[in-house]
Amino acid sequence: MESEILKIDKFSAGFGQCLVLKDICFSVQQNKITAIMGPSGCGKTTLIRCINRMHEFSPGAVYSGKILLHGQDIYSMNPIIVRRKIGMVFQRPNPFPTMSIYDNVLSGFILNGIKLKKEEKDQIVFNSLQKAGLWEEVKDNLHRKGTFLSGGQQQRLCIARALAMNPDIILLDEPTSSLDPKSTLLIEQLMEELKQSVTILIVTHNIAQAARVSDYVAFIYLGELVEFGPSKKIFTAPENKKTEEYLTGKFG
Amino acid sequence: MDNLRIRILKDKIFSFLVVILAFLACLPLFLILGFIIRNGALSINLDFFIHLPKPVGVEGGGISNAIVGTFIIVFIAFIIATPFAIFAGIYLSENRKNLLAEIMRVSVDILASIPSIVIGIIAYLWIVKPMKSFSALSAGVALAIIMLPVVIKSTEETLAMIPYSLKEASFALGVPYYRTILKVIFPAGLSGVITGILIAISRIAGETAPLLFTAFGNPFMNLNITKPMNTITLVVFNYSTSPYEQWHKIAWAASLVLLIIVLGFNLLSRIISRKWKVKF
Repeated sequence: MESEILKIDKFSAGFGQCLVLKDICFSVQQNKITAIMGPSGCGKTTLIRCINRMHEFSPGAVYSGKILLHGQDIYSMNPIIVRRKIGMVFQRPNPFPTMSIYDNVLSGFILNGIKLKKEEKDQIVFNSLQKAGLWEEVKDNLHRKGTFLSGGQQQRLCIARALAMNPDIILLDEPTSSLDPKSTLLIEQLMEELKQSVTILIVTHNIAQAARVSDYVAFIYLGELVEFGPSKKIFTAPENKKTEEYLTGKFG
Repeated sequence: MDNLRIRILKDKIFSFLVVILAFLACLPLFLILGFIIRNGALSINLDFFIHLPKPVGVEGGGISNAIVGTFIIVFIAFIIATPFAIFAGIYLSENRKNLLAEIMRVSVDILASIPSIVIGIIAYLWIVKPMKSFSALSAGVALAIIMLPVVIKSTEETLAMIPYSLKEASFALGVPYYRTILKVIFPAGLSGVITGILIAISRIAGETAPLLFTAFGNPFMNLNITKPMNTITLVVFNYSTSPYEQWHKIAWAASLVLLIIVLGFNLLSRIISRKWKVKF
């Protein structure tokens, strides 16, 4: 059973006079992994940052069009609410350096001033770390600082932090680009399990990664959506010439 | 190959010069320390810390009132300056390229370069005259003004070093701006901010000029901040310019105490910046 959770409708965005994204239209299906791929500088990251309204922090940010979450335009909602419903994991792991692993997982609640009971906290930390595949590795060190972990562990901690807020969607912005192959594999396996409970949107410039993990692929080139469809179809029989050239390594 | 030998020789001479000059630069510090310790240590004993000054001709006596006074006045300055300085520092680090911030930055630099005696005169006009009395409060205000730019600068520089990715992490969790600043950015820079405050304190603790016409000095123990108060620097100034040998000794001892306090704050700031250093 597939249902649409996010619809991007004629969305354009950019910085000042410079338009980075032009009339992007596609839908994201619930509990699926949608990959956004394309060469560097094509606007992938800008697009994903528009989806949780992080784009507007950039100086001179402009946008037009609609992004609908469950049919509601996120640009008519309070950005703070949007960001709690749509979590994000960044290129480089960025756990809060002043907080323990335990508090990092709960940071969404702590920083927002949401009070929880001890049992609730323990439950959320356990569930989130379990889902992020980190529990076994850190269960004895929950009160050490998050920054003591390795890069790959830190990234999974960031995923746990995003999951703790129980979001509808999580956005992964090249989550493995600063990690070694082993950690990358772990995170890819993790995504496969996570899609049972959350919708995943991943930005990647790694074609192989997009092919391995995604159910749907959006190929963006020079700010335009070239092709969108089920991964199986795009990676085997792309309709557009440009997509084919990109996949076969003629550019990118 | 002669050419090579000359180059190696030049290299050695240069390395030697660097070491020698570096050592010479530190020499005055060691000389001053040695001199003060030698002269001051003789008159320091427990009485010196717990007794009040005695009249000329009477042996003994201490500077308990001045030590207490120094701490009170520095504390007043700290209480007044720190909140403003921290918020100003946050503002400046958050607004790198805004016109108002640029104007503020220039103002802070100018404030930092105003001679402390001028600030003393201002405090005299603003507070001592209207209140019709020299007071610890006016001294605290003068020192707070001196402290402001130091703490603003150090806070700004510390917070500006914190990676943007941390702020993004917080925003992405739906944390409002003010909470991000107060709960993520500020704690991450806390050790740097505290270090800056301690360095500013050790600087103002040694100020004399602005205290001459604000705290004024007082031979008695006074805890009332609206009345004149003694400080260690005023003891050094008044006693060393007196004609009495006995008072000169006290001035030396007071210098030593002041030095120890200032070095203590410096050391503390180093320990804090090491121990509480946040690893990103």
